[in-house]
Amino acid sequence: MTWTLALPELVLAIAGLVILVAGVLPKQETFFPVSMACIGSLLLAAVLVLGQPEGTALGGHYVADDFSGFMKLLAIGGAAIGILLSLDYNTKEGLGRFEFPLLMLLATIGMMVMISANDLLSLYLGLELLSLPLYVIAAFNRDSARSAEAGLKYFVLGALASGLLLYGSSLVYGFAGTTNFDRLADAFSADSGVTAGVVVGIVFVIAGLAFKVSAVPFHMWTPDVYEGAPTPVTAFFAAAPKVAAIALLARVLVGPFGDLAGQWQQVITLVSLGSMTLGGFAAIGQRNIKRLMAYSSIGHVGYALMGLAVANDVGLRGLLVYMAIYVAMNLGTFAVLIAMRRKGRAVEQVEDLAGLGRTDLGTAVWMAVFMFSMAGIPPLAGFFGKLYVFLAAVQAGFWTLAVVGVLTSVVSAYYYLRIVKVMFFDAPAGALDPAPASLTVVMAASGLFTLFFVLWPAPLLAAAQAAAAALLG
Amino acid sequence: MIAALAFYLFAAILIASAVMVVTARNPVHSVLFLILAFFNAAALFLIAGAEFLAMILVIVYVGAVAVLFLFVVMMLDIDFARLREGFQRYAPIGAIIGGILFLELLLVLSGWSFADQADDLRLSPNPGASVTNAAALGRILYTDYVYLFQLAGLILLVAMIGAIVLTHRERAGTKRQDIAVQVARSGSVVLEEVPVGAGIKALGIRRPPEPEAEPPKVTHDAHHGGHH
Amino acid sequence: MTQPLLAEYFPILVFLAIAGGIALAMVGGSLLLARQKPNAEKLSAYECGFEPFDDTRRRFDVRFYLVAILFIIFDLEVAFLFPWAVSLGGIGWFGFLSMIAFLGVLTVGFIYEWRKGALDWE
Repeated sequence: MTWTLALPELVLAIAGLVILVAGVLPKQETFFPVSMACIGSLLLAAVLVLGQPEGTALGGHYVADDFSGFMKLLAIGGAAIGILLSLDYNTKEGLGRFEFPLLMLLATIGMMVMISANDLLSLYLGLELLSLPLYVIAAFNRDSARSAEAGLKYFVLGALASGLLLYGSSLVYGFAGTTNFDRLADAFSADSGVTAGVVVGIVFVIAGLAFKVSAVPFHMWTPDVYEGAPTPVTAFFAAAPKVAAIALLARVLVGPFGDLAGQWQQVITLVSLGSMTLGGFAAIGQRNIKRLMAYSSIGHVGYALMGLAVANDVGLRGLLVYMAIYVAMNLGTFAVLIAMRRKGRAVEQVEDLAGLGRTDLGTAVWMAVFMFSMAGIPPLAGFFGKLYVFLAAVQAGFWTLAVVGVLTSVVSAYYYLRIVKVMFFDAPAGALDPAPASLTVVMAASGLFTLFFVLWPAPLLAAAQAAAAALLG
Repeated sequence: MIAALAFYLFAAILIASAVMVVTARNPVHSVLFLILAFFNAAALFLIAGAEFLAMILVIVYVGAVAVLFLFVVMMLDIDFARLREGFQRYAPIGAIIGGILFLELLLVLSGWSFADQADDLRLSPNPGASVTNAAALGRILYTDYVYLFQLAGLILLVAMIGAIVLTHRERAGTKRQDIAVQVARSGSVVLEEVPVGAGIKALGIRRPPEPEAEPPKVTHDAHHGGHH
Repeated sequence: MTQPLLAEYFPILVFLAIAGGIALAMVGGSLLLARQKPNAEKLSAYECGFEPFDDTRRRFDVRFYLVAILFIIFDLEVAFLFPWAVSLGGIGWFGFLSMIAFLGVLTVGFIYEWRKGALDWE
């Protein structure tokens, strides 16, 4: 296979360069045309991903299979909708600079590189290419101290996590003699046994990746960064980079370290338990809705990792289905959050949603759909996500995971339903400004998916099944 | 024998200066000790046979990154006394985490086993002594590792964009040169012969220049008649 | 077991040792032989005989930082150019074009900087 296998990334990179030049040459601000061009390039890349053949290329650094195709489509979708969500908010907050969608495009290239990584080196470079634009857009609102704080915290902790990841990679390389995933899988096959050094290396790699995914105990950055960053950036954070990092975690653990599953399954189980518990309990006292969503995303990552802890094809299918449904729900919720403006200023407290059922019934209904779905109430899509991961855990005998999962679901239902209660049963705090068309479109599309997933789950399930098989095969 | 001696010397100074980076009271001293640490690390790389990496360490780390550190440390008015206040409170936790990492290091070292070919691999990182380290790197970096190389280029691009997005401010009220405008000037600026001793007023050149004649105000009364 | 390559750096080690020795000798000599009479007045700052009126620190201008960061980026580009320059004969057209692509990416960044005015000092 030649380099043409990496055509989607190549096309996206060239598009990014062309858009950068086209965006900077005119004298006036080119935010809207550049955003549209970026969304167009992302859609083109998605089409190319759909048509990507399978194989390994570029010296073994790049792999394309069903799993990478599935996750790349999710990541590209998340990024495109993220840019769409930012159009109106950025203009109103004075952040309408063309570098914003361009940085999201470059981050998407990083995500695609990560998902297709077949080598520890391309893993690291993709991770850095994803992270650097994220640090910048987290701090994009230069006049806000909270935004600068978010960017700084994310950067410092992210650099530390990258350092841990590299340290673990170097240990793995030292004990195996190669960084290529296929050759690592051969080197660690069960008969040769494993030294403590490799386990330490794997632990450090998991630590670095768990940071990106915001899993406990590496989740500390999430609430502050989610709260401080501009809301479209938070929406992007909660959707796309999580997909890429989970894809990478799954590929790394199941691929080269697949035969060492006994070693890392306990780690992932503990991480999953911690994330679910923290996500359930810590969000209860939150008044700022972005912080609440941050803790909720930690919880969701915990549920998704339950599928990874089980480490068989049912578990991986559950993981993939959960991530797809999570991205859709989350983007819809954040569309509502971005629309929360009163008299032209963005508002972020849960109390600001009070009485939305009376002042803006459409938005309130969609938000209620998303909240019920996140709590895992049938027949909405969120229930099916949880169903498949719990099914995998129970079938494989991971009773603790399943029980804790159910209990923390109940706990987390409190704060999701509290939002519904505030919207429909509290006295109105003051009408929110009407939502612009771009946000209502995303809300409606996501809400329809959440509502009607139950009628036609087969395509997503089949795609997830094929992806999980490709990863394990 | 001398190589071993040099290794221990450089390693000892590296560790000592690394400790001084963290514990020095004056932040400028910290950065200077960091520079010393970088130099010693470069020497260790040299002993290990990675000459190119050693030189790049000096050029990039000392020449650029440490200079950047010095900029920040010297030009920002940081109250370091207040910054260090929390040290005592967090010292136990820091010690525990440091201890855990140290234990892990011991774990790794106890499982250390050299491969059979390790000796040969260690002492000849280059493909024969005829090729320099840089040439050996160059032979594979741009062909076998082209994917990673281009990704590195994209990361540098992101760094450029990020630096400008976060720090560049358009300043109002400053005059900027617009070279294109200056070069395109033709005929609008003319040289005139001036008699010696006469002021420019004698030539009818007014400074500051006359305000432009205002265009006649458009009155709307004329239109009103047309509509009704 | 000194490698032949490493033996070529031995003169530098000798140089380092001699330089270090001379520096130590100078400082040590001054410590041992000079009359030490420290006085606070000798360390105080002064402006033409008066005490300084104000702290000389100005408010930090972030332009310096931007220049330093842009320098690092182009410095790294040059660092990538070194091995390529040395091995250009052996890597053929593909190696040449891959470096051209890398330089192209960084040139796009350069165009971006230029147009944004990051290279103008004032």
